[in-house]
Amino acid sequence: MSILSYLIPISLTMGAIGLVAFIYTVRSNQYDDPEGDARRILSDEWDDHPKP
Amino acid sequence: MTAQLRPPSAAACPGCLATPAEPVAEAPKDARIALSLPGIHCQGCISAVERGLNAHPGVHGARVNLTLKRAMVEADDSVTARDLIGVLEGLGYEAHELDPGALSATQTDTAGRALLIRLAVAGFASMNVMLLSVSVWSGATDATRDMFHWISAAITLPAIAYSAQPFFRNAWAALSARRLNMDVPIVLAIVLALVTSLWETSLSGEHAYFDAALALTFFLLAGRYLDYRTRAVARSAAEELAALEVPRALKLVDGVEREVPVAELVVGDLVLVRPGGRMPVDGEIVSGQSELDRSLLTGETLPVFAAPGLVVSAGEVNLTGPLTVRASAVGQDTSLHRMADLVAIAESGRSRYTSLADAAAKLYAPGVHILSALSFLGWYLWSGDLRVALNIAAAVLIITCPCALGLAVPAVTTAASGRLFRKGMLIKDATALERLSQVDTVVFDKTGTLTAGTPEVVDLGDFTRTELEVALALAEGSAHPLSRSLTAAARSAGIKPARVTDLREVPGYGTEATWRGQTVRLGRANWVGGAQRTQTAAWLAIGTETPRPFLFTDALRPGAKEAIAGLRAAGKEVLLMSGDAAGPVEDLARRLNIERWIAEALPEDKAARIKALSEQGRHVLMVGDGLNDTAALAAAHVSISPATALDAARVASDIVLLGRDLSPIADACDTAVRATKRIKENFRIATVYNIIAVPLAVAGMATPLIAALAMSTSSITVSLNALRVK
Repeated sequence: MSILSYLIPISLTMGAIGLVAFIYTVRSNQYDDPEGDARRILSDEWDDHPKP
Repeated sequence: MTAQLRPPSAAACPGCLATPAEPVAEAPKDARIALSLPGIHCQGCISAVERGLNAHPGVHGARVNLTLKRAMVEADDSVTARDLIGVLEGLGYEAHELDPGALSATQTDTAGRALLIRLAVAGFASMNVMLLSVSVWSGATDATRDMFHWISAAITLPAIAYSAQPFFRNAWAALSARRLNMDVPIVLAIVLALVTSLWETSLSGEHAYFDAALALTFFLLAGRYLDYRTRAVARSAAEELAALEVPRALKLVDGVEREVPVAELVVGDLVLVRPGGRMPVDGEIVSGQSELDRSLLTGETLPVFAAPGLVVSAGEVNLTGPLTVRASAVGQDTSLHRMADLVAIAESGRSRYTSLADAAAKLYAPGVHILSALSFLGWYLWSGDLRVALNIAAAVLIITCPCALGLAVPAVTTAASGRLFRKGMLIKDATALERLSQVDTVVFDKTGTLTAGTPEVVDLGDFTRTELEVALALAEGSAHPLSRSLTAAARSAGIKPARVTDLREVPGYGTEATWRGQTVRLGRANWVGGAQRTQTAAWLAIGTETPRPFLFTDALRPGAKEAIAGLRAAGKEVLLMSGDAAGPVEDLARRLNIERWIAEALPEDKAARIKALSEQGRHVLMVGDGLNDTAALAAAHVSISPATALDAARVASDIVLLGRDLSPIADACDTAVRATKRIKENFRIATVYNIIAVPLAVAGMATPLIAALAMSTSSITVSLNALRVK
């Protein structure tokens, strides 16, 4: 049963990481333009180097 | 469009893009200019628009939002929206200026975001707690079980305290108004579940309902969020329609024209109204000659001659020549606003309607409380054990709790609104679909609703080729709607314009030219020398010959025939009610096969007739666009207006038609009937689950596992059933 002392914290941490990541995406406006973002990946601008 | 010619070059290998994804640039914060770009649809468009805008001097940043089909531009004060629209039109994109003030509410959707984060917290917490609960159900005992319960409690309590706040607030608001709403049993169930579970846990009990409390919150928040999204999408599109009319006017100061916001105009100002522009104020014409289109205000199709001295009202459209108007009433005092006030009087029509969800809540909330209280009392009297009785009362509340009920309505309305939105209809009001499904009588306005508001020449064949050639040459010299329609008709009949000289337009009258040494004219009856008629006509005079009229009828809006045929086929009665003269109304009614029509109806008449119909027990759908329809739109059981309608009419209606086509109306009624059927089915499904699970709970045989199963399966069934509307 001592395995639980690892597994429970691990599962809780993973849940917390997922939640924080989700909140970060919401906060940084990543759901404002889902359609545009899906298309922007096809752009050939900034293919050579990242946008400054 | 240029974009369609350019293949998206990276499409060949999107996965090879080695560069990290562009950091998510936020929409420019101090964006001054918002543009609507109805034509953009692909990656090529985004790049072309952004590159074009960024290259314009003075622009600091531009970002396209493809979902909203909008561009937000950050630029120096010297850059105007008109410059940018010019740039985009040069690139081949249609662009319109949006009023950033009217859009502000959708810029940052804080309410939606807060709801989404609450939903996420409830979701992640319930996943973790479910993990622990499954271990308990699969046989964890003694100290392990207690530890799992305590960990669950530690996750659940803060999660619920944060994510269930909307329910707490609503329930408190209802209770302080001494009412019961759906949120009261929800909150009671959540709180009771937490209290009994904590108590059980502290006594090393077997059953804890932490997972149920969280799952309940999660499913109900999902319903709330769907509901909110549907309304937010409708609101943002409606706002965009409103924002398209940027309220600006040309004010004349010492003979120099200056563009000012309409709100800054005062009585006595001189305002210049260009051809095609809408009167921003009530006033009197001081100079210029033109014709005015009053159809949005009165429903009349015949343009009115305008000359100095004529009193004009805000909302009328100037057709031919520039007019200078001295303002006599501005803003709230204009006749436009006074007519819009009629709406307030007529508002009673829909406030009487109780939504299906409210009706269900009214039955449900007291029922659940009584059932739960009875099981508590029964068990307490029978066993004398407070703990057992409280546990059972909590189980009853949790199992009956309206997960499925909370999802039943929003899931269906989301699916149905999505379907109608794709067909070009915007549902503005949450209960509009339910009301639409009851409709048995449909009242149409004529001008601008059934007709496109564009004239169509009918007697082209009565003229000789030479006459048509002259008429075409004259018509091409003017931007008047009749001239434009004549030009289009003659061109498509293969007519080439005659060679005329000295072509000039006389604003308000028509065009004049010299052809083979004689004067030729095309224009108003009294100017050309024809007899005044009731039908819209443009008269043609060649030299000294007797003038002859080109007769026009209003072109039907596309889909008008199909919409009316569809509604009649569905067994609904169709009426035509117009402010226009009897002749054109009867003519249109015959063309569309409508038996009952009413002409020359004043705005008050329209509203009164709709009220009379409602009093006969009819459920009336009103379709109209003008200011004269506004009161009727508000009085009807449910109302639809086209996107071209005046702002006031759109505000008063429940559904806005985004495209030009009317045919979705019949389809909308059908979708509404099906959606309402699904909602009722969903209520039945939820009830069936309750009928199975409640006796178990009352008998004290319910376990957290049964509660979780009943809750999840009913919510999922209800959601899947809703998807069938799509």
